[in-house]
Formats: sequence, C-alpha cells, structure tokens
Amino acid sequence: MAPASPVYLDHAATTPMLPAALAAMTEELAQLGNPSSLHNAGRRARRVVEESRELIAEAYGARPSEVVFTSGGTEADNLAVKGLYWARRAGDPARRRVLATASEHHAVLDSVRWLAEHEGAEAEWLTVQPSGVVSLSTLADAIGKDPASVAMISIMWANNEVGSVQPIAELAGLAAEHQIPFHSDAVQAAGQLPVSLAATGATALTITAHKIGGPVGIGALLLARGAQPVPVLHGGGQERDVRSGTLDVPAIRAFAAAVQVATERRSDEAKRLAALRDDLIAQVLAAVPDAVLNGAPPGPGRLPGNAHFSFPGCEGDALLMLLDARGIACSTGSACTAGVAQPSHVLLAMGADDARARGSLRFSLGHSSEQADVDALGAVIGEVVERARRASR
Amino acid sequence: MTTLRVLAAMSGGVDSAVAAARAAAAGHDVTGVHLALSSNPSSYRTGARGCCTLEDARDARRAADVIGIPFYVWDMAERFHADVVEDFVSEYARGNTPNPCLRCNEKIKFAAVLDRAVALGFDAVCTGHHARLEPVPGAAGLTRLVRSVDPAKDQSYVLAVLTNAQLSGAMFPLGDTTKDQVRKEAADRGLSVADKPDSHDVCFIADGDTRGFLQRRLGSVPGQLVEPDGTVVGTHDGSYGFTIGQRKGLGIDRPAADGRPRFVLSIEPVSRTVTVGPAEALDVLEIDAHRPVWSGCAPPAGPLDCLVQLRAHGEVHPAVCEQDGDVVRISLREPARGIAPGQAAVFYDGDAVLGSATIATTRPVGSGH
Repeated sequence: MAPASPVYLDHAATTPMLPAALAAMTEELAQLGNPSSLHNAGRRARRVVEESRELIAEAYGARPSEVVFTSGGTEADNLAVKGLYWARRAGDPARRRVLATASEHHAVLDSVRWLAEHEGAEAEWLTVQPSGVVSLSTLADAIGKDPASVAMISIMWANNEVGSVQPIAELAGLAAEHQIPFHSDAVQAAGQLPVSLAATGATALTITAHKIGGPVGIGALLLARGAQPVPVLHGGGQERDVRSGTLDVPAIRAFAAAVQVATERRSDEAKRLAALRDDLIAQVLAAVPDAVLNGAPPGPGRLPGNAHFSFPGCEGDALLMLLDARGIACSTGSACTAGVAQPSHVLLAMGADDARARGSLRFSLGHSSEQADVDALGAVIGEVVERARRASR
Repeated sequence: MTTLRVLAAMSGGVDSAVAAARAAAAGHDVTGVHLALSSNPSSYRTGARGCCTLEDARDARRAADVIGIPFYVWDMAERFHADVVEDFVSEYARGNTPNPCLRCNEKIKFAAVLDRAVALGFDAVCTGHHARLEPVPGAAGLTRLVRSVDPAKDQSYVLAVLTNAQLSGAMFPLGDTTKDQVRKEAADRGLSVADKPDSHDVCFIADGDTRGFLQRRLGSVPGQLVEPDGTVVGTHDGSYGFTIGQRKGLGIDRPAADGRPRFVLSIEPVSRTVTVGPAEALDVLEIDAHRPVWSGCAPPAGPLDCLVQLRAHGEVHPAVCEQDGDVVRISLREPARGIAPGQAAVFYDGDAVLGSATIATTRPVGSGH
C-alpha cells in the first residue's frame, strides 16, 4: 500500500521549516558565541538575539523587553500559569482561584491541575459552548463570584483541535477591569490571525516557532512589562531573571526569520488557506454526508486552516490508521495515554458524547498545502470511512 | 509468495519483535500493533513478572521503528478484562484451574484482534508464539498447528483452542527456531529487546501472587479441609486458593495418619470443601472434556488413538478418545496425576495438534465406569 506521494494534513502538529528560517539557522549554527558573554563573540551573538527579539516583538504588538524566549509553547504555558499564580498568591494569599476553559491545551490544563493538587490552587473550569467558544458572561460570572480570590486566568486564543477562536480582546478586557492577570496560549493563532499583546491588553501570550515555519525547540512568552511571574527555571538570570538558560541563538534567529515571513504573508495566506479548507470541507461532506464539522463555523471565528470532523460509527484511530496506510497524514487531535487514544477532552467540553469524541479527525493546512492535498483526501475519505465503520466494535 | 497485509501483535518482548521483523523481511506489508490490555498499566516492567506496562509499549514502538513498520496501540483493556480476567476469577470461584493464556488467544488475539484486523483490510495476525502451521493432510485449504522445534518453548498447547478459521488468519514465524536462536537474531537485527527477560506466569498478576489477587476479588470464603473419609483436618480461607494435585500451602495442622504428604484431590466451592489425600488418590484414568475444537482432523467418528497433554508444559499421555455430543471421553492408558478441571486437554498426533477440549471431570483409578 505504498502511497504515491505523502499528503500532509497535520500542520497544526508541526509544519515544514520555511526556507528563510532554515537558511538563517544553518548559517547561525556555524557561529560561536554565548549572548551572555561580555566579549566580542558574545556581543555578536547578543546582537543576533536582540535583532530577532525586536522583530518578533513588533510582529506581535509587544516591546522587545516583553519577549521572553523559552524552549517552546509548553514551557511558556507552564511559566505563565505557574509563575503568575505563584506571584499573585505570594502577594495576596486569598488569591487562589485559577480560571481556565475545559478545552485548553494540556500544557495549560495539566499545569492548572498540578497547581490545584500541589500548590493549593482552586481550579475552576469555564464551560464552553458547543462551538467551543467561551462566552463573556461565563467568564464574568466566574470572576464575579469572588473577584478578590482569582489569581490568574488562562484562555487560549484559538483551539488547536477544532480551530474555534475566542473573543480574546473582550475576555482580557474583563480580566483587566478586575486587575486579574490574563494569559492566552496563542500558539495556533499566531501566523493565521493578528495576535497582539498591546491590542488585547493581556498580561501574557504564548507563541512558538514550529507552528509557523520555524524550528522546534524555541518559543516565547510575551509578558507585559510589570508582570513578574515567579520563574520556573532558575540559573544564570537570562531573560531579565524570568527564564534562565543559555539562549539558543540559531533557533532564535530562525524563529525571527519565520515570524517575518509569516507576518508578511499572513493576510493573503489566511485567505488562501480558508479557500482550500472550505473546499476540503465540501469534498468530505460530499463523500460522507453524515460527517459532522466540529467547532465554530468557517469564518472569522475559526482558524482558516482547520477542519475537524466526527464520523459517526467509526473509531478515530481506525480512520487514522487507514489514512496513514494511504499516505495521508492527519490527527485525532487528542492526547495519548500510553499510545491509546483517549476521547478528545475538547470535544467532551463542547458537549459531545464519548462516541463522537472518539470518532473524530483533525485536518489542518499550512504554508505548503495545495489543492492536490485536498483532492487526495477527497478521493479516499469515503471508502476509508466505510471500512472503519465495518471494523467498529 | 503472495504479499499479505499482516498485523503483527507486538508485546514489547523479543519473540513478537523478531516475528514482526521476519514477516517484514519476507516482503509482507506489516503493521505493528501493541495491545493495551490493562486500564491501569504500570510504568515499568519489574523483571520477568507482568506484561504490557508502559515500558513494554515503548519497547514495542522502538522495535517497530527499527524494523521500519507503522505502529499503533489498540485499546483492548475492556474486552480483555471481561473475556480473560473475569473468566479467570469465576473459574477459580467454581473450583476450576483456568489457563488465561488460552482464553486470551481464543477470545482476544485471534478473535477481537483478528476480526478488527480483517475488517481493516489485513490478511493475517502475526505473533511471536512458538508453534508451526502446516496444511492439514488430505483436507485442502485447512491449516493445523504443529509443535515448535524448541520443545521447552513450544506453545501449541495454548493455541490448540483455535479453530481452522482462526488458524487460517494466523502467522507464527518463529516455529522453526529455538529461543536461543531468536535472541541471537534479535541482536543481529539491532533489536534492543534481545536481552529482555521472558514474561512468566499470568500477565495481569504482576507480583505473581495469584492467591492474593483472587482474595482481593473473591474475598474470604472460609471452609474445611477434609480427608476422603470426611475427617476434618484443617480450615481454609477460600477454596479458590487451591488446585488439584497441590501439595504445598495446605495449612493442615497435623500430619496424616501414615505420615506421608497430602495432596489436594478435589475442590467443591459450593460446600466450600477441599478434599486432601495421599498421592495415589490423584491417579486418574478417565477424563471427560467438553467444548472440543478439532482443527487437525475431522471430529472423530469412533475411538481415536492419540497423545494427550493435560497441562501447559506437561508430558503427553497415550490415550483413546471418543466424542459423544459435546463431550470427549478420554481414557488414559496409564494413570496420570494432578489433572485439574478447567485446564485444556490437547490431542496430538506426534507433534501435530488434532484438537483440544476443556477438562470437566476426572474419574480416579478404581472408580466404576
């Protein structure tokens, strides 16, 4: 069953490195210098870092001093959730409530759970509508119960599984009214939507390079001036004492190169991806009329490259396996425990039952996606679903 | 050779890894699958006990990556619990001695897994079992089981419960190889599981304490230990803790009148009575076994001379068998001891499996026919 040529529809997991980023990183890998050093080699490296920092800051509505480089999205989420919680609670022991949606990425979800289990936090899970969006009134009610007891709030900008976009500016505004730190995981949104720290008034935003054509292993927490999270990593005091560790200069340079290209192309790319994605949806529904599109309807409320379906009567992992055998890469979008697919917590949070949560697939497009990819999926999805239904327990 | 789409079940052990590697090397289109059989897998293997921990899943994945085949994990925990674990417990509660590996092969590996594989387009399920498959002489298109070339590792006994239909969907690449050769081949193929110890005993009882496992599920069911004449010689906490022929751990407070050791002769869970007696009382000449499966020959019309094996890794006994409805009456030529209801009776013609049935009742030497 060797595929003609592989069809990659899992850009939300990771996406090919942009040539500019690859070139920048390769060149920089041959250079010497620790940006913390005071001598010539260190200064050269530091200049690369600071120029990269300025570029990234400008792209995302932040000051350069508001960019804290991390090893990626997970680390930035951990730093935001734990660091802001600890700082707030230290300032006022009554502040122990952490508000987050039930559909956050595990890097936020598990961090919040850990704080609840080990650090005396009270986790409060904000319910989302069937579209995956959290309403302003839900947040207002949750805060309103006892505003003085909330340590921090974390709500992702756009959901990684179903692509639903949250009204971040309004939600951050609500938090600001009560002077509660507001963090948003913008990992999926950056590169597809206009993400800005200043425009939203958020306290912290998470971004990562490998979702926008940069390398894996580098990301950033955009952290508003004045926010002082307790660090997770202690050491040499880099990144204004917030995140210690020698900076990965080649990766940072590549990150900036990717951000530059992604920002320049964002608006056109969003239109192109949305058109491809809408055609993907049409082709899937034509082949499998009873497939259900999960998440917000296509439009400004949904990531342009994201399509997520439930296929009644099928197991997602059977579908995945059958598509994989035909050279088509996609994802069930859910976390694995020991490799066994669990029903998607995002779908469960949206009110889906176990069967629907298990029988789902996420198709996500990116900068290298073409019409041929969509057509390849459209050509086989019908028979794949047929077979998966037969194999269903 | 036809190229088959093969689903290789990979436990994380060396046998299934080499089996998968051989299937791939033979040119088949192989996909590796690890069966997650526990809803609550422990993180690490501790020595030879237990199986299918998270570490095992990782070992299987690594082996699949080295071999160069796709790899997935299938969640069979619910089915396994219902068909194998619960059956194990209820058999003991009934006073029988079950063989869970047999049940797993019968209900999970070559049923649930094979069915799902076929539905997804696979032609066969490949495992690392030590056994061979060959055509049944004179029966076109049928496959039968034959012992492995390594008698110490032969697993035909636990596979003999499979039907011809199930065997036609099975692949056992290791049957012509000894265990030592398999380990050497694993090392040659760059599989790091070459030195991993084999798992022993019951895979879902990681600490090896079957009695404790059963006690947690069945609780305390006190009863009496008696001699054949009815004399009470002790008490026990649950008849499920005993098996026919058992000598150790009887908890009897005084020696037998003749000073010789006592053995468990029979278990009656309803009256909670465990009967113990001298070794000779264990001698059995006639066995009734039910639910026969004949894969190596047609169900016998008349008496059948064969060899019968009555426990895993047990010796074979010359016997004559006769089928009457759902029951196979086995008459041993020489008495055998420690035959436990619930175990399988597997019928052999030399090294070839003719069929198997589940031991239901035994008749001791000297009893009426």
